[in-house]
This record gives sequence, structure tokens and C-alpha cells, in this order.
Amino acid sequence: MMKEKTEILINSNQIEKKEKSFATIHPGRRRAEKAFKWISRIMTWSTVFILLVLLYHLGKEGWEYIDWQFLDSYPSRKVAKAGIKAGLWGTVWLIITTAVITIPIGVASALFLEEYGVKGKIGKLIEINVSNLAGVPSIVYGLLGLAVFVRWFNFERSILSGALTLGLLIMPVIIVATREAVKAVPDSIRFGAYALGAHKWQVVFYHVLPVALPGIITGVILALSRAIGETAPLIIIGALAYVSFVPESVMDEFTVMPIQIYNWASRPQEEFHQLAASGIVALLALMLTLNFIAVFIRIKTTKRNIQ
Amino acid sequence: MHRYAKKMEILARTLLGSCAFLSILTTIGIILVLSTETIEFFGQVSPLDFLFGTKWEPLLEPKSFGVLPLVSGTLMIMVGSGLIAIPIGLFTAVYLSEYSSFRTRQIIKPVLEILAGIPTIVYGYFALTFITPVLKNIFPDIEVFNALSGAIVVGIMILPMVSSLCDDAFQGVPRQLKDGGYALGATSFEVIGQVVIPAAASRIMAAFILALSRAIGETMAVTLAAGATPIFRVNPLESIQTMTAYIVQVSLGDTPAGGVEYLTCFAVASLLFVITLFMNVIGQSIMYRVKKKATR
Repeated sequence: MMKEKTEILINSNQIEKKEKSFATIHPGRRRAEKAFKWISRIMTWSTVFILLVLLYHLGKEGWEYIDWQFLDSYPSRKVAKAGIKAGLWGTVWLIITTAVITIPIGVASALFLEEYGVKGKIGKLIEINVSNLAGVPSIVYGLLGLAVFVRWFNFERSILSGALTLGLLIMPVIIVATREAVKAVPDSIRFGAYALGAHKWQVVFYHVLPVALPGIITGVILALSRAIGETAPLIIIGALAYVSFVPESVMDEFTVMPIQIYNWASRPQEEFHQLAASGIVALLALMLTLNFIAVFIRIKTTKRNIQ
Repeated sequence: MHRYAKKMEILARTLLGSCAFLSILTTIGIILVLSTETIEFFGQVSPLDFLFGTKWEPLLEPKSFGVLPLVSGTLMIMVGSGLIAIPIGLFTAVYLSEYSSFRTRQIIKPVLEILAGIPTIVYGYFALTFITPVLKNIFPDIEVFNALSGAIVVGIMILPMVSSLCDDAFQGVPRQLKDGGYALGATSFEVIGQVVIPAAASRIMAAFILALSRAIGETMAVTLAAGATPIFRVNPLESIQTMTAYIVQVSLGDTPAGGVEYLTCFAVASLLFVITLFMNVIGQSIMYRVKKKATR
């Protein structure tokens, strides 16, 4: 027993000696390693710090005006009476319209690329095209929408124009997300269906699509939550800053929350800045809700798959 | 029965295919819209004056259409945001892939996702009401609208993109290479600096290019924070105007369709589109080539 202990002691002494020797022979290397590790650690945690500062600042500034009255009032020159009702309802209308138009087309495109065409020349062309479209600045989509939907199709400055423009903008995101979900469907499901004599369209619509659906929904919701925050393209197509009504059809003029926030933030008065912060808090809350739904669906469905 | 199935097969293929073809139509639409309006613009203003002029005063008489002030403003934002995002993003990726525990990764990854998901208008507000006042303590003669705060905030915006693309690049480096380095007694710093980064260099470059192209196209944050003063100068403490911010400024005013102010938007957007497309194509072709090599 005693012997063992002394052996261990000797061993640990040796290890200590070795470590010392590394430090004494290569003091520079060791110091460089330590410094590098600490720099990367500080840089990494600085992102958390930035996020906390951002949220704290928004909360502090936005706290004063956010209440039920703020959500249920139209914009006003008097700060105490102003609210974001028009923007809130505009955003809700716009997102629903965008979703109805974009989801079927985006999912269909992704199914085509994954299940039918990627190997062909056309498939490759579409694939490269989609990844390039994802990098086009959003403001360019705004000008496209202005020229095509607002002027050429004569949809005016309506929700429909806005939804079509945003639809084109988030299409690449939806396609990429759907493709990931479709890729994750195991081949055994496809082969099983083929073995029973199913045709390709039956395999795609009855077997691949249902299995991929949770993943698709998650991706689509994330894309829509990105669309909620989009401002520039909607300013270009002429969504208004002063709207004191709630839209009643897709052909109505509209404003959205980010434009209302921009309008408030670009004024010099301090109180309007606080109003903008309240608007931001409401906007982020809306996006957070959507994200929670996406996460909820993801958790629910992965559990089911494990069982 | 068989004939019905065949018909359905053709129907499904055409339906899905035509949806996919819409994305090509979008690209054609963008190019057509931008080029027709830009050609009309060049009918009134010579392309040389536009590309090399140093005075941008399209809304005031006498009108002058030199786009360089907008380009210099945009470049300042790009360089500044790169100076913020590239080091922080790269070091974050290094830390996540080499040093961090699983738990730290579980915290940092969602934080980066949240930063990436916050709308740009929120960043603009943050720059205007938080970063600029903080900078004012350091540089007392800074203007209310200034390029520096815009660049900082755009840097924060593209940081998640840099770090996640670099992280992917590091993950793509074969395990054996790293282990070889460690087996020779190298420290983590040496393995990262002399093995991992050289091996992933082209993908890291691609990540930087793609992120900077995003910074160029960024709109609302710079519109709010960096101002509306298109003057050809390089002082980050003064107000500037980017290409994107100019387009927003014109759209907010009541410019008649077909007027020369209206056409300037499309000319500026064409330039923006060409620059970002060029950068994206380079970035993506590097990525694509590296991936192809990896699968071989």
C-alpha cells in the first residue's frame, strides 16, 4: 500500500518535471498557445456580450411605451397616443399572403431539384441560379418588385405587390431548407414504395413529402420570420409610413412594423426613438413566437421519429 | 390504370419543374429590369461620367451623376465591417472547433443564430442610439450620422456568417492532418496556424468574400446610422451615403416614374448587383471547387 502511494507520487513528480521542462525549453511556444487560447476565448464570448448589450439597450429604451394601447393605436404626432396597430396588422397580412404564395412554389422547386432534376443540365443550372439569387441584395428585389408587380402588373402599392416581392426574396431560403429536409428522408422509404410498385410521383407525394414535412415546416417558418424583418424592399415598392387603417384585402395599401420603426427612429426627437424601441420589442416578440413554434415542431417530430 | 399513372407522372414533373423554373425567371427579370432602365439612364448621362465622376448631386441643380462618392461610402462600410467581423468571426470559429467544450458550443451557436436573425432595422437603431453616443465619448467631434457606427453594426451583422462559414471550413479539414500535427508535439496554436488554416485557406477566403458581399448589399442599418451625405472622402467620423441608402432615400421621396432621379436608382442598383454578383460567383466557385476536390 505504502509502496503504491510513493510510486504514484514519483510519477506525478515526473509529470510535473516534464511540464516544467516544456515551459523552460519552449517558453515562447507555451506563452503563444496560452495567449492565442485566451484571445479566441475573449473574441467568442464577446458575441454573447454584444447580444446582451443589444437586448438590454432595447429593453431599457422600449419599456416605457410598450403596453396594450401601443399595440392598438395608429401612428400619431403625439408620442403618448402613437401606436403600431397599422404596422402590426400590415405585417400579419403581408406574411400570411407571402406564405400562401411562396410555400407551394418553393417546396415544389425543391422537390424537383432533389427528386427529379439535379443531375441534368437544367437541374444544375437552376441549382447555381438559386444559390446566386440567395446572395442578391434585398434592395434589388425591391426594384424588381417595383418595376414588375407595382407598375407592369399594376398591383399598385398593395399587400399583393409586397407579398410577391418578399416571396421572390425568401424563395431561395425556402428551397434550400426544403432540400435539406428532403435529403434527410432515408432512401429505404423510397425503395420500399418502389418495391410495392409505386410510380415516381406517388413516391414523391405520398412518401417523401410527408416524412420531410416537419423539416420543411421548420425551414419555412424560419424563412418567414426573416421576411418579417425585411424593410428595404418594401420601402422601394412604396409601402407607406403613415397608414391609419387596418388592411381589409390584399389589394389595400399597407405599412409594416419595420417601416414604422424606421420612421420613428429617423426622427431627431428622443421620445420617438423610445417609441421605435417599443416597436422593435414588439417585432422581436413576434419573431420569437414564430421561432418558438419552429423549435417546438422540431422537438415534437424528432421525438416521434425516435419512438 | 397504367396510362393514368403515366399521365400523372408527366403532370407532376412539369408542375414541379415549372415551379423550379420560376427561379430562373426571377434572375432574368432582375437582369431585364435593371438593364432596360440603366440603358435609358445612359441615354441621358454618359456612362463615363457616371462611373468616374466624383460628384453625386442628382437631386439638386445643377445635376451631377458621378457615382464614386456612393461607391467610396459603400467601400468604407465594407472595409470597416470586415475589420470587425473577420477577426472576431475567425477567432470564434477557431475557438468553437478547437477549444470549446460541448456546453460552450451549445451556448455560442444559438447566440450567433440570434444575431443573424435580428432584422437589420434593429441594428440600425442600435447604431444610432447606442454605438454613436458611445463613440462620441471617444471621438468628441464625431457626427450624429457617421460611417464608423454603420461599419461596426454591419460588422456585427455579418459576424455570424463569417464564423459559421469558417467553422464549416475547419470541419472540412481531415482529422488525420490535425492528428499528425499533434503527434509531432505541436501546440493547438501551431496546429491551427500551420495546418488547419492553410488547409482550409480557400474556403476561408470564400467565406470572407461572401460575407463582405453581404455587407455591401446591406441597406437599412447604414441608411439609419451612416447618413445621407454623398461626398467623396475617407473619414469614418463623418456622414456618408452608401449605394443602398441612396436608393432608399429616393424611394422615400416622391420621385415621378421615368424621371432621371428614378432612373438613377436602377443605375446604382445595377452597379450594386454587378459587384455583389461578381463577389458571390467568385466565393461560390471556390467553395464548389473545394467540395469537388474533397469528394474525389
